[in-house]
Amino acid sequence: MARHRGRGVASINYPIGMNLGGDPSQALVHANPSGKFTVALSSIDLGQGMKSVTRQICAETLGIPVEDVYVDTADSDTGPHCMGSFASRGTHRVGNAVIAAAKEARAVMMEAAAEELEVNPEDLETDGRGSIHVKGAPSRRISTKDVAIAAQFKQGRTISGRGIFLVPLSDVDPETGEMTPVTCYAHACLIAEVEVDDETGEVEMIAMYSAYELGRAINPKLVEQQLVGGAWMGVSHALYETTEPYYPDRRSGPRDFNEYVMPGPGDICDHDIAVLERPAPDGPFGAKGPGEMCANPVLPAVANAVFNALGVRIDDLPITPEKVLRALKAQGGPKPQARRG
Amino acid sequence: MLEFRKDLFADERNDDLHEVGQPTQRQDMLGHVTGRSRFFDDHAFEGLLHLKVLRSPHHHARIRRIDTAAAERAPGVKRLIRAADVPVNLNTLLSLLNFGKDDEPSLAHDKVRYRGEPIVAVVAESEAAAHEALASVRVDYEPLPAVLDVEEALKPGAPTVNDTYPGNTFEYHERHNHQKLRFGDVERGFAEADHVLEDRYQMSPIEHAPTETNGCIAAPETNDRFVCHTSTQALFFSVDTAAKILNVPSNRLHFIGGTVGGGFGGKVDTLTEPLAILGAMLTGRPVRYVFDRVEEMQFGPPRGAERWTVKDGVMNDGRIVARQLTGYFDSGAYTRLSSYAVIKSVGHLPGPYTIPNVSADVYCVYTNRTPASAMRGFGVTGVDFAIECHMDKLAQLVGMDPIEFRIQNAYRDGDMKAHRREAKNCALIECCQVAAERAGWPIRDEFRRMSSRQGGGGERARIDATPRAPAPPRPALEVPRYPSYERPAPDRPAPLPPAEPAPTRSPEAPRPTAATRRFSSVFGSRRR
Repeated sequence: MARHRGRGVASINYPIGMNLGGDPSQALVHANPSGKFTVALSSIDLGQGMKSVTRQICAETLGIPVEDVYVDTADSDTGPHCMGSFASRGTHRVGNAVIAAAKEARAVMMEAAAEELEVNPEDLETDGRGSIHVKGAPSRRISTKDVAIAAQFKQGRTISGRGIFLVPLSDVDPETGEMTPVTCYAHACLIAEVEVDDETGEVEMIAMYSAYELGRAINPKLVEQQLVGGAWMGVSHALYETTEPYYPDRRSGPRDFNEYVMPGPGDICDHDIAVLERPAPDGPFGAKGPGEMCANPVLPAVANAVFNALGVRIDDLPITPEKVLRALKAQGGPKPQARRG
Repeated sequence: MLEFRKDLFADERNDDLHEVGQPTQRQDMLGHVTGRSRFFDDHAFEGLLHLKVLRSPHHHARIRRIDTAAAERAPGVKRLIRAADVPVNLNTLLSLLNFGKDDEPSLAHDKVRYRGEPIVAVVAESEAAAHEALASVRVDYEPLPAVLDVEEALKPGAPTVNDTYPGNTFEYHERHNHQKLRFGDVERGFAEADHVLEDRYQMSPIEHAPTETNGCIAAPETNDRFVCHTSTQALFFSVDTAAKILNVPSNRLHFIGGTVGGGFGGKVDTLTEPLAILGAMLTGRPVRYVFDRVEEMQFGPPRGAERWTVKDGVMNDGRIVARQLTGYFDSGAYTRLSSYAVIKSVGHLPGPYTIPNVSADVYCVYTNRTPASAMRGFGVTGVDFAIECHMDKLAQLVGMDPIEFRIQNAYRDGDMKAHRREAKNCALIECCQVAAERAGWPIRDEFRRMSSRQGGGGERARIDATPRAPAPPRPALEVPRYPSYERPAPDRPAPLPPAEPAPTRSPEAPRPTAATRRFSSVFGSRRR
């Protein structure tokens, strides 16, 4: 009886946003008289960081510090329409809506500032720290707070903006499947290293190495959180989880976290991640979205690593010890394959 | 460990940004780590009532009679809700997008079509009182034959699961029981190939397993409106679905959410909101309806099972020349979102590779199990598992390194994809190169030098003609039924097709004009 190491690889791409498009999102941006901005949305923060991503995008577009932006979501009385937080659409769709709204608000802010400084709006720029100044003459400046006060109480302007982003709905050909599924794709390649016990059939994760390409990381910490967590969701799907262990037989099924098995802290392994950024032409600052795709390459990479370790192919998920042992028995024992790297 | 490879694609990026790209802390972090962020269940209401539903113990049964007399008199019970109390007791989620026919009741009345289907709801002073009352409801069932396997469900004579779709498949374009993909000529590709390998793959259902289960609290507001604090992932989807089922204008509903304890696709189906609001309407009191963990695990929608067969033709030099797929999405008893996942999977095929001949037939199949729904990677996770396991087998078959094999076949800028759109903004090759480098997995120089931005288009952008006549039905795959571990060693070499001279390629097929077809042909016949 022995433990066998193996490595497997998988590479994938992932469509960003609802398939076929037709999934709009709106954003409203407005300033209070202190020059503090609110973004009103009805998008959902599931923990993925919807509020952070839209907040940073809004601040970048307005040219003001992120502390001056607050994101308010989701109340159907005050937030404009959003299709929802799914299909890796949040960053791409809502982010673009926020850019559109923030651009409109910024244009009014610059007009108001121009009136105060008695220059043309085109001659002004924001410094990203809360001031607007004449290009090439940073001392001719006004704070966004003073601009907001002037706009509200002196000029009678609303520093606000509306934004929507809509990828037009695509048709699908009934006979050929011709369609425009989405406008951009994220990419990934992941290598899983496992050790399999040929006596118990248990698969232990030893390491993961991955490269994820996601257009632009709006917030690198949130990207890390998605990629690390998502990959573990993939490991869990590959090796542990199912609500119907003997699918399609419906007789047994877990009812709680004692019966529905998932990896615990002791099962975690190192995950070496590289992030690539090839900006999407229509993404907000090039961003695509790491949300869904990070789990996908793990499943086949683990299955391929099990093959590399033992020479058996497990083609149905999850790869339980029972399936590994039965496959080994059918094969007449482990047949480790060539070591990869 | 996480590292940004800013050196790659740097010429396409403007990195001169202030806020974008910063690891800014979340605005809600303090609330989350101190436990003060308000989730839907953190809203206290005076006189809160609790809603629970009676669920079917049968996979498939006719309901002869429902006796609720004892439950109505049970202590603490304020109201029973039956199918007849639901204003519009038939809905399909994507009717909001004009896709598909209404096929799912909020509460079953004539039949139950899966184990766990809700039949009666009880609104009571406590969850315990609601459970007590439900235990005294008597339902007289006539069990019916059930079908639980997607391929069994497609056989003639299989029990009809969902009366809206008597053939047990969703209807596409008002004419097909599946969605097709046809690109080039797979049969010719198989004839040309040095090897043909076919296998099949199964993904069982899994649970989203969010920390916070599905739920909501609905309460009467002033001016005859109703507020609903909800865990939904799609606020207006849920507003519009509830408005339709309750037959009220959407502005009588005030939905509040946005801070949710994990979703992963499992909180789109709007399962609790309509009944909770109805309970509030019928009792005039706030009503809370939250799935317990058993409901979340077994009767909340899972990621549905998928079964795929993949048949590939590959040359000795590693080029994949044909890929044919058949997919079955197990939708469970009702449609929910599986119909959409089928189209999404077809748009995704044949994965991130340039293959001149691709064909697929993908089915949304009804079975007598918990309706499936969206989950992270929806429509793609299952088929990526199949494709990427198959890629490994192909590399083995032709004696190539599996990473080099992927780089060789990877799509590049300018290539034509099987859904007849040009690939752009590709980065698969670079991901493969970087992952190999980090893992210390050696690949040859020529593969390290390849680029997504070079060598695409030209010949690789060609669309070969697809024969008009339907291909003959494929023989059933000669492998034992599930589970897969009963199969023979699956990395056997496929029989080689007889050597024939490669037929000359026919001229490029004209591109169909999409403008002449209406999208509604996909999205079914009904319009709200």
